[in-house]
Parts: sequence; C-alpha cells; structure tokens
Amino acid sequence: MSDLVEVRAGVYHDSVSLMRVSQALAARAGVEVAVVAMATELNVDLARDLGFAVPAATGGDLLVAIRASGDARLEEASAELDRQLTARAPAGGTDARDAPPRTTRSASRAWDATVALVSVPGEHAFVEAADAVEAGLSVMIFSDNVPVEQEILLKDRARDKGVLVMGPDCGTAVIGGAGLGFANVLRPGRVGVVAASGTGAQQVTSLLDQAGVGVSHLLGVGGRDLSAQVGGRSTTQALLALDEDPATELIVLVSKPPAPEVATAVQELSLSKPVVRALLGPGQDDLTTAVEKVLGALGVPVPEWPSWPAGPPPVPGGPLRGLYSGGTLCTEAALIAGTGEFTDFGDDEYTRGRAHPMIDPALRLEALAAVETGVVLLDVVLGHGSDPDPSASLAPAVEKACERGVAVVVALVGTEGDPQGLRAQAARLNEAGAAVFTSNAAAARHARLLIGAS
Amino acid sequence: MTLSMLLGEPRVISVGAAVLGEALDQQAVPWTPVDWRPPLPGTSDALARVLADPRRERANALAVGRLLSARPQLVGVRRARDVLGLEPGTFFHAGPPITWERASGPMRGALIGAMLFEGLASSPEDAERRLASGEGITLDPCHHHRTVGPMAGVVSPSMWMFEVTDAEHGGTAYCSLNEGLGKVLRYGAYGTEVVERLRWMGEVLGPVLQATLSRTGPLDLRSLIAQALQMGDELHNRNRAATSLLVRELAPAIVDAAPDRAAEVLRFVNGNDHFFLNAGMAAAKVSADAARNVPGSSLVVAMARNGTEFGIQVSGLGDRWFTGPAGVPDGLYLGAYGPEDANPDIGDSTITETSGLGGFAMAAAPAIVRFVGGDVSDAVAATTSMYEITLAEHPAYQIPGLGFRGTPVGIDVTLVARTGILPVVNTGIAGRVAGTGQVGAGLVSPPVEAFTAALEALVLA
Repeated sequence: MSDLVEVRAGVYHDSVSLMRVSQALAARAGVEVAVVAMATELNVDLARDLGFAVPAATGGDLLVAIRASGDARLEEASAELDRQLTARAPAGGTDARDAPPRTTRSASRAWDATVALVSVPGEHAFVEAADAVEAGLSVMIFSDNVPVEQEILLKDRARDKGVLVMGPDCGTAVIGGAGLGFANVLRPGRVGVVAASGTGAQQVTSLLDQAGVGVSHLLGVGGRDLSAQVGGRSTTQALLALDEDPATELIVLVSKPPAPEVATAVQELSLSKPVVRALLGPGQDDLTTAVEKVLGALGVPVPEWPSWPAGPPPVPGGPLRGLYSGGTLCTEAALIAGTGEFTDFGDDEYTRGRAHPMIDPALRLEALAAVETGVVLLDVVLGHGSDPDPSASLAPAVEKACERGVAVVVALVGTEGDPQGLRAQAARLNEAGAAVFTSNAAAARHARLLIGAS
Repeated sequence: MTLSMLLGEPRVISVGAAVLGEALDQQAVPWTPVDWRPPLPGTSDALARVLADPRRERANALAVGRLLSARPQLVGVRRARDVLGLEPGTFFHAGPPITWERASGPMRGALIGAMLFEGLASSPEDAERRLASGEGITLDPCHHHRTVGPMAGVVSPSMWMFEVTDAEHGGTAYCSLNEGLGKVLRYGAYGTEVVERLRWMGEVLGPVLQATLSRTGPLDLRSLIAQALQMGDELHNRNRAATSLLVRELAPAIVDAAPDRAAEVLRFVNGNDHFFLNAGMAAAKVSADAARNVPGSSLVVAMARNGTEFGIQVSGLGDRWFTGPAGVPDGLYLGAYGPEDANPDIGDSTITETSGLGGFAMAAAPAIVRFVGGDVSDAVAATTSMYEITLAEHPAYQIPGLGFRGTPVGIDVTLVARTGILPVVNTGIAGRVAGTGQVGAGLVSPPVEAFTAALEALVLA
C-alpha cells in the first residue's frame, strides 16, 4: 500500500464538488481510499482515523489523502485528481478582466441579477446574503447552521429594501420556472406556494403537477420562519408578494406546525386571493389531503396518485424504521404511522461537514443495510440538484434488504419532467422489491398496514 | 408588495456549491458564479458582526462618497515651520509612530540628513548621537499633522511644502517637495550633495513656486490627475505625464514670477519625472482625510510605512494605527543592487493606493508593467483584483484601457478579510544601510495582520 498525503494551502473547492472527486478517485482500480476535502478539524480527524499522517493544516487548505495498492496506481490517481480539480476551477478567461467575482457583492455589481443563491458553509452565509440584500436582490440561503439572530437581521433588512430572504436552510424555490436548489420540473400555472418546508413543498408541487396543475412561483422561507422567534417575517413578505403577482390565483402555505401566535398573525393578513394551508401536525391535513383541497378549490378532479405495489412481505409485521432525507416528509410519515423509529438524515446534525442526503446517499444506505427485520419506509426526492440517479445506489440496497426479509416502502417525490424521470425511477425501485408511492401519506399508510398497526 | 424578482426572467448569482449552478445550467437559467473561498483564518465571527452593524452600509457610503467627491487644489508652497508649527528638533516622518531605536537604516539616514540641514548637528556622527539620546528631539508621524511624506517622509521646519486644499470639504494637506531620484534624503542619503540640494530647494525652489502659485491661483489637481491617468501614469511609480502637465500649467508664471531663477527652477523640475508625486500625495491625503471619522465605516483612510512597520487607519476607528511588519518589496534593482540591499517597505506614498491610484491604477500605466511581473495582462489583473476589495469606482479617475472604467477606490477592511486579497502597492525601494539612497522600485504586499486587527477593532467600535 502507498499513501499520498498533501495539504494544499489556500486551495478551495466546495464540499459537494470535493465529495464527487473523492468518489471518482475511490472508484478507480487499485485505490483503496481517497479523502479529498477541505482540511477542517472534522476532515483531518477522519483522515487520521484512516491512518494517514496528516500535517498541520487549517480549514482554508485542501487536504488530499489517497491510499492505493502501489506507487503506479497512486500516481495515476494523483494525476486524475489534478485533472478533476482543474476541471472544477472556475472558468477564468485568458483575459484578466474575465476573472470571476470573489464576493456576492462584486458579482452583483458586475452582472444584472434578480436573485442570489447562497450555499456556502453556514458560518459564512450571512455575509454573502447581506451583500445580496444590500444590492437590492432577493436571496435564497440554501446553507444551514445559520444563527437565528442573523436570519432575523437579514429578514428585517430585506423588508426595508423590498426584497425577500428565502431561508436559511431553504432547500427549494421556483422563481418564474427556474428551480433553485432542489427543485422539481413543474409545469407553469396558477398556484403560488409559500413554503417553510422544502420537501413538503416538493411533495405538494409534484402532486399538483401530476394532477395537471402548474405553479407560478414557489417561494421558500426557511424552516424557522414561522417560529415565535422569527415571527413569519418572510412568510408575510412572500404571501403579500404572491397576492400581488398576476400569475397567481391561489396560494398554498406549506409548513411544519407554526408557533400559534405566528399562525394567527399570518392568518390575519388581508389577502385578496384564497390561501390553502398545509400545516403539518396532529389533527391537521396531511400534504396529500391539502393538495386535494387545492384541486377542489380550482375545480380540478383528484386523480388516483400513482403507485407501484410490491408483493406481500415474506415476514409480516415487525418494527417500522423510517429513513428520511426530507424533514417534513419524515414528520408527516411519523404522524401517520403513529409508531416506529424515524430518522431525518437531512437534519443539521447529520449534514455538518457532509452533503445533504438528497445528494450523498452514504449515511442512509448504511442505515438501510443495518435493518434486519420489519418494514423500512423511506423517501426519494427527485428534481434538479438531487442525486442524478438515486435508484442506481438504492435499488441494489433495497434488493438486499428484501432478501433479508425486510419490506421496503418508498415515497417517491417527483414529476415526469424531472431529469431522473419519475416512472423510470419508480420502475427500478419497484423491480428491486419496493412498494413505491408518489404520495408520502399513502406510503406511510401502506407501511402502517404492513406492520399490522391499526 | 411587489417583488421585482417575480417580474422578469430570473438571473441568478450562485455562491457556494457548484452542483447548484450545474442544476441551473440544466434548466438554461442564466447565472453567474462567485469564486468564493473561506475568509482569512479566524475572521468569520468578526466579519459577521461587522456586517451586522446597522451603521455600516450608510457609513461606508458616506465615507467613500466624501473620498470620491473631494476636489484637491494646489494652492501654495509654504515653509513647514510656518504652516505646521514645527519647532527645531521636531521631525515628522512617514508611517505609524516610530522611535530611533526601532527605526530602519533609511529612516535614520533621513533624520541624520534633516539634523544637518537644520544645523542641529555638526556631523553625521554628531547627529546620530543626538538622535539616539533623544534630547530635544521629537519624532511624530506626518499623518498626525495633515501631512504625508514619500519614503522616509522626514519633514523638518525649514523644508517647503505643497499646500493642497479640498474645495469640496474644506480640508488641507501638505507634502514636501520632491528632490529627484538617487541619493536623496527621502531614501536615507545625507551626504553633502543631499543637504546642498535641500538648501537650494529652501532658498530658491520653494519661494519661486510660492510666488508662481500666487500668480496662477489654485491649480485643479483632480483634473490634472484624471488627465495624467489617461496619459499613462498611475501616479505612484510613474508621474511623467503629471509632471509634464504641471510644468505646462506653471512654466509661464514661473518666468513671470522669477525671471532670473526660472531657468534653474524649470530645469530642476523637468529633470525629475517624479516631481508631481508629492503634489499628488497631498491631493490623495486631503481626499482620504475627508473620509475620516465616520462611525461604523470600515473604509481604510491611510496606509503608511515607516520602514519597520506597515500601518493602516480606518474611518470608523479614529486615529488608531493597526500595524504589522513591513515587507520587503519585490522589484527591479538599480545597477548592482539586489534584494539583499533592500530595506523593508517605507513611506506615506501608499496614500496614492488608499485613494485609488498607484498599484490600484496599474492598468493605466502599461509603460511600467515590468514592476508587476512583466506584461500588460498582469497590470490589468492587478487593477481588476482591486475592485474586489474596494467600495467604489472613481467618477473622474478613469482607465482608458478598461473602457474608461473608474479606478477602484476605497479599501474596505471587511472585503480584504473576506477575499484575502491584499492591496497592491507600487513603491520605490530604499537601501537598507543609512546613507545609501534608492536601490530599486517594485511591488509590495501589506501585512495581513494590520487588516485583521482593524476588523477585530471594528467589532468593538
């Protein structure tokens, strides 16, 4: 075995890109392990745990640690690494005037933008978002781990400037047909969506799309917006904006249970357009029911939500394990199932130092492999930004689980227009033995049925 | 409310994960990337706090607005003793405060020369002894007295100063007269020729220029600098066009004012391509001073070096200095001199960069691109990168080669910390040993700790 360990001072790439590079290197013949990551404490520890002798480094340096079966393999891997990193370097023209901007501030001065999308690590997100607001741009903050005081400050500044802060921890938005972050390919239409829940909004809009109803805009506001502390600052802005928007006829508000006083304040806004609330919680409509109410209000018939059943489980009953990437979908499923152990792998505690499970399936696949008995309920969320082919890694894992006697139920959130293809993904997972539902609520009810809970 | 984002076609700035930009590409949504990198180590907390300061945005707009709107005018040439209240034994110097003990070779050399020039010492050894004893000697930064001085920047009571006023905001600033290149006081030389030249400047040059300016009236330096930029000067290491323009403005009045002396005065000024530098520095100083003392502003209002330390001052932080060790410039050397002969960075001439000239305007001066590494694209890259750390573009100072884009003006401490890009400084290089004089010219980077220390101070301000 040969090791290559390097610290490249001042070389930066984002964590998702580096994860892809690491995966590509690790997949090469003769490469045992490859860690290409920013030299944060977490990543340095990880490499040291793998037995690499890592010299002192800071989070601003790039850490390269590769172990291969021999020097020749190592050299090849190293050359491939350089090729990949060069390919990822920002496209800079030969003319120095084309050097890409280094801050959101300078980008906003050089280019006529309408919105900024911030996905830098959470501790740096405020600064970039503040640039956008200062420049009079609405901003979507995809980053999580942003302190709530910073969120409030940004939202107050945004209100003064007449722009919207979507986030932090905002996974999805669709502005005039352009999907930002994780976004499904939706037909244009008359329903405007305000969402404090990314995957909740994806479920609602995907089902609307399947029913033939399009979306004007989907405005994310961040998971904390309807908390007592943030007080619905962005929800208020977004509702007022959609009320003014000529393309929008009806508004859907999607959220986990809001703080009661905030819910009241939002309800008391005087709006000219009807608002359907999909506020998950005990005694509230599930998301699918809320979508059906929207269809009713629009006079559109409710279709049968597509599903692909699986044969009966070899061993009926057993414990229920929920392995989710979407927080709201996880909450909804847990509420409906009423029992079982549910994990939201998109939660902050699982995403520190690694990519979201909708991009990086590793943690969830590990968890799935560890289930020996009973029923596993999980979500697969399609659309731009997500894993380009989730069933490629998931279907084999499902197949193995089924062979162990585990029943697998999948809530597949997406549209036929999504790059991954709804039906193609459903077919692969179904062939592997999973029961697949496009309604998360229906999937959860099916799982409850399988474990024999009443 | 109406959200403008909902009205037209979405155009996205994406900062962070490349995968989100790729998703926009797949949808054919127009977008532009930010080449984001983590800020300088240890600054992310302070950055978030300073950007959260509710005063900052308006304070910076006000401060840089004052810097941009200053209208420097050359109004006179006066003796330092008369305008700055300098007493014998008191010397102003470049950069942040310094003591004799910590002073570098060229600073000591210039102080020795000034002692001799003022008749306060009988020999260089005598001058050195008196300066070392400190008795009757006061050293004080030029910047504390509305003054700037190139290289050692030593100002003594008998020297004559350019007097520049700001017609917009009413400030006044001073800078000494330029002696020429080679063995000169500001580079730490103090031989007989140096002191003799200073005498002639005090007896002939200063009074003649003063008489000249009283005939011409105020000279608009803003306009002169704007023209010189379009003629290939960057106003720090190249002042050939500006000096020529100055001579064109003053020559007839010099002849009128002093027909007997006009020829020698004009010969002296014409013989020194950098004669305008000191007037330009006073113009930069009066403009930067207009931006001082705006609470909450993170704008740099002074960068200056004393040959030992590089210091900066920030608008929202009053007269405090934030310093780090002065670096040794990287550049071209005269004759047989090399890097081992170079003194660390010295001089107040970085006031030009502070006001958007010098290294910041490098793209305007293709004739001297050798200083920044070779070809015109390096000069363009130097200027272009400065837009990343500055608050504005100058409305009057424009660069023809960049499509008449205004020069990058107004260094923001937070942008330096965010990008890790340090101001580009063009400079002359002084010999390390007192008495040597100039050994070269080139480029230098300020110490990063000066900026991080100022950022920390802004958190508490």
